[in-house]
Amino acid sequence: MAWDLIANVVISGVLTGLVYGLMALGLSVIFGVVRVVNFAHGEMMTIAMYAAVVLFAALKLDPFLAIVPVAAAFFAFGYAMQAGLINPFITRPEHSQFMLLVAVALIMVNGLLLAFGPDARNVQTEYQLESFALGPLLFDKGRVYAAAAALAAAAGLFAFFRFSLTGKAIRACADNYLGAKVVGLDVKHLYALTFGLGSVCVAVAGCAMAILLEVTPQLGPAYTLLAFVIVIVGGLGSMGGALVGGVLIGVSEAMAGLFIAPSAKSMFSFGLLILVLLFRPQGLLGRKQ
Amino acid sequence: MNKRTATLLAILGVALAALPAFAGNYVLSVATLILYLAFAGQAWNVMMGFAGQLSLGHSLYVGVAAYVAGGLFFHYGIGPWAGLWLAMLACVLIGAAIGFLAFRFGISGVYFALLTIAFAEFTRIGFDHLGWTGGPGGMFLKVAQRDQIDLLNFRGPPAMYYYTMLVLAAGAFALCAWLLKSRAGYYWQAIRENEEAAQALGINTFRWKMIAVMISSAMTAVAGVFFAFYYNNLFPEQIFHISRSIEIILGPIIGGVGTLFGPILGAAVLTVLGDAITELLAVLGWEIPGVKQVFYGVVLLAVIMFVPNGIWPALARRLGLGK
Repeated sequence: MAWDLIANVVISGVLTGLVYGLMALGLSVIFGVVRVVNFAHGEMMTIAMYAAVVLFAALKLDPFLAIVPVAAAFFAFGYAMQAGLINPFITRPEHSQFMLLVAVALIMVNGLLLAFGPDARNVQTEYQLESFALGPLLFDKGRVYAAAAALAAAAGLFAFFRFSLTGKAIRACADNYLGAKVVGLDVKHLYALTFGLGSVCVAVAGCAMAILLEVTPQLGPAYTLLAFVIVIVGGLGSMGGALVGGVLIGVSEAMAGLFIAPSAKSMFSFGLLILVLLFRPQGLLGRKQ
Repeated sequence: MNKRTATLLAILGVALAALPAFAGNYVLSVATLILYLAFAGQAWNVMMGFAGQLSLGHSLYVGVAAYVAGGLFFHYGIGPWAGLWLAMLACVLIGAAIGFLAFRFGISGVYFALLTIAFAEFTRIGFDHLGWTGGPGGMFLKVAQRDQIDLLNFRGPPAMYYYTMLVLAAGAFALCAWLLKSRAGYYWQAIRENEEAAQALGINTFRWKMIAVMISSAMTAVAGVFFAFYYNNLFPEQIFHISRSIEIILGPIIGGVGTLFGPILGAAVLTVLGDAITELLAVLGWEIPGVKQVFYGVVLLAVIMFVPNGIWPALARRLGLGK
């Protein structure tokens, strides 16, 4: 097998993996802080993809520009969902929270099916067909832009958590719920804020992904599982881990697709999840809990 | 159980037994589906309600059992009664493996659920590439004469399938009732409520959790074999799909996890209402895919938010019945 074919596949995997990583980052932030398993994560991403498709179809709005309104809408939605729906469930048993989001996911997937039908939809821009050439290596323009958007969003999130006061407050809630309350932080509001931020990640990732793939309602559950694989492999509570995990999964899926069979690529991810859950549950970069 | 419960059970039993005399094939098929979901839900209930382990990959056992029994019939003509035992064995081994891996490594709660999902998905994609079972194109079992009852090959009129499922569901109910009252039942309830306290009391939690998982997977295997010989076509994409797993757990969660009547009540309520909505929409002229699922999601959401212990406990209190 020619090395430049492999190299191109790896590059493609890395770029796609960064978008996966952003999606997983949203989940990691939500899971890490609010401790809620957002089983509707992939479904939310699918909704974002559909939003980009619809905006493109109606207004000829490039998906990367659509990021702004979609992200704003998702922030509001995420905040509302946490504040309204999930907050009362924080004290309930785990399987209850889980099932709550399973129900939401179920409604989302089938709502999309109702609204858009099962056929695939996509966005068609000019730059999707072009690529940058670097010697024998080809970088798809669409993928590069998508990865750039993902990196920008991730960087923004890192900066927020590192440098802003609210970011530090959220980290405090994650580290010590009771302590944060004692210090006077409005934990419920901060949780909702976190969910909103996680949703923004999903929105950006979704718009970026709309450039790369066709969207069908069934992508939702697949992405949810993928996000969990990445978060667990990369390490819970580690934001860098989510990105690294995303790239790892992106590359391994691409390689599995090349060497085994395209339809088997997810098998590798699930196998990896099983191994990680059993032997290194804190993931590659996570903290041992 | 008190006199009221016994009377109600008796009436229900008579009504169910007499159903084929009144109902047409469509109603019978709906009733069979309800009983199937009730049975599978009861099987899942053993793992969740008894051992407290949330399994979201139960379609794995249904699928493996269906393919084992179906494959044996398809390739070698081995009838379902023999295939049943092999299927159950396969599922018990798989369940034991998953349980062992999970419990030895201390995986519980959300992580256990994710592990079960991962195993189911892994198997789904695996079977898509498995030639012996027909791959993604599916496996089709020969459908012989439906008028005569061929018990050996499990072929016959809809009423036969209905009665089989009725016996299975009733059997599962009886089994679970007996298990709950037995010593094992108390051990399981202790483990479910507080595992560490149970361990402190000297209960071998590992062993009892494994037993619950194995019973659950064995029961689900029976459902899988029934599925294979009732529907006669198997596709990895459908039978292992996560929506099947969710379908199985909707009944118990809505009816009441850990209770005896919960799974049956939940399955009945959901299926009847779901079909009613589809019928209503069809009458109005709308053939919309996905409405039923949205409805299920909404009901699930409503139950989890407002009646978290399920419909049955509240209903039982109202009617003055026992558990």
